[in-house]
Amino acid sequence: MADAILVIVEQREGKLNRVSWEALTAGQALAAETGWILEAAVAGSGVTTLAHEVAGKKVAKVYALESAKLEPYTPDAFAAVLKQFIGSKQPRLVLMPHTYQVRDFVPKLATAMERTAISDCIGYKKDGDKLLFTRQMFQGKLAADVSFACDVPWFVTFQNGAFRADKVEAGAAAAPVETVNLKIDEGVVRNKPQEVFKEAKQAVDLTQAEIIVSVGRGIKEQKNIELAKQLAEALGGELAASRPICDSGWLPMDRQIGSSGQTVAPKLYLALGISGAIQHIVGMKGARTIIAINKDSEAPIFEIADYAVVGNLFDIVPPLIEEVKKARAGG
Amino acid sequence: MKILVCMKQVPQKDAPLKLNESSTWIREDVSYEVNEPDAFALEEALRQKEKHSGEVVVITAGPARAQQVLREALAKGADRAIHLEDNAFVGLDASNTARAFAAAIQDEKFDLIFTGLQSDDYGYAQTGVVLAELLGWPHATIIMQIEKTDGGIRVKRELEAGYFQFVDMPLPALLTIQSGINKLRYATLIGIKQAKNKPLRKVTLAEVQSAMGANMQKIERLYIPQKTKNTEFLEGPSAEVAKKLVEKLRNEVRVL
Repeated sequence: MADAILVIVEQREGKLNRVSWEALTAGQALAAETGWILEAAVAGSGVTTLAHEVAGKKVAKVYALESAKLEPYTPDAFAAVLKQFIGSKQPRLVLMPHTYQVRDFVPKLATAMERTAISDCIGYKKDGDKLLFTRQMFQGKLAADVSFACDVPWFVTFQNGAFRADKVEAGAAAAPVETVNLKIDEGVVRNKPQEVFKEAKQAVDLTQAEIIVSVGRGIKEQKNIELAKQLAEALGGELAASRPICDSGWLPMDRQIGSSGQTVAPKLYLALGISGAIQHIVGMKGARTIIAINKDSEAPIFEIADYAVVGNLFDIVPPLIEEVKKARAGG
Repeated sequence: MKILVCMKQVPQKDAPLKLNESSTWIREDVSYEVNEPDAFALEEALRQKEKHSGEVVVITAGPARAQQVLREALAKGADRAIHLEDNAFVGLDASNTARAFAAAIQDEKFDLIFTGLQSDDYGYAQTGVVLAELLGWPHATIIMQIEKTDGGIRVKRELEAGYFQFVDMPLPALLTIQSGINKLRYATLIGIKQAKNKPLRKVTLAEVQSAMGANMQKIERLYIPQKTKNTEFLEGPSAEVAKKLVEKLRNEVRVL
């Protein structure tokens, strides 16, 4: 195979994840940068239609990697199939979105192929002819440019939102689609997954809220959430929280924003006492305006805030509620 | 149930970080703590031991200071500890860390291995899954619940956006544990006392080196992130800041 980039997209129950398009955008950008050809693959059972959907984008070729044992998803099946395919094609770069599913099998796949993965990248750069992948470290406080020190294929996963799904280029004509039937031996798949289900009865759909007031560990105690609730009410918005607040049971799980909870893009996201850990940021960085109040001037949330207040939220929120009420009343 | 918990010592959450001279790592003169997801993994192992009896062994790879993490684990109820002690362990990639662990435990027979789902310093979320592959074990990640079954275990896997999935698995197996799976216990005074007499085996780099190779990836540069946003900091006494915020909400954000 000529120097190629392989993007492996993700599907669940016959639908491509939105982040699949983000990974394709990343692939297109890297292909333009390196001059390598771009190909894509989707793995599953009965995924040829999805492969054709991908083939509508600017990509040289799309593969439908087929095996009945790929449904439902298991890391054993995915690693086995992708090892075979990547082993035969030998692309230079294998790109995937950093989803929970990819996290579940990519380190296994890379290890089985005696390679490594640079995961959760937010971008890339070229240093001479060296490709560097940028990723956040120490929960977003620092950034690192990381290079591969091994042979290709190189595995890279990109963070949600690092590239834009709506920026993926359409193809001039539909790319060729090849169905590859792969065999998975008996006994390879050891896990037996049951049906996927949603747990929290969804009392509130935060993705529809225009204004969100969100609390993090800085709220200190459960009873203080009342303050945030009053602010949310004054603004006509919804209350939300970072994971630790929901883990403690201070707010129900359907109020969680982040990689395990909801991903929102409201008009206004007001973060109270939220440090800005990566797992939370990925769920709200798309907000039109972000206001952050935190007493730690180094909190990573300030990197993405439009308006920032370094201070004690317990000093600021009460007068803020009053001012908001005044403004609402026409003052 | 014989359970191994892989733990890591990381800089404290609010520790101010400074770059070293070559800008390839941080200066080590910070305060450290246990990686939070690993604390949840340990707690889960202790609860499984309380339910099904057995042994909990904790392991870490790091400098001398990392022993603190093991001492705390023993104080909480772990039975013995293994310390791969060397400064060099700090700079290893996930593949090498996993190889070092695999070499250190090759004479043991664990039923389960837990790791936290990721570390708060690197955040790769790989070491556990790499280790499972090296051992030839089935694995599952981001686990919120573990139940014993006739055929092994049934685990609850967390997926995105509030979705979950139960998975039946045979033993032995490796699981990466999600934060919030349980509530962390505090070590008791008796526990802290008893910890002093529990076995702590030290393993040198030399003993596991043959299982390792060169790192397959390299941090070329570590730096303070470039800001892409033009953040406006609002300052002053609280009453004034509140007024400024409302002015922004009205005129810029247009929600009032």
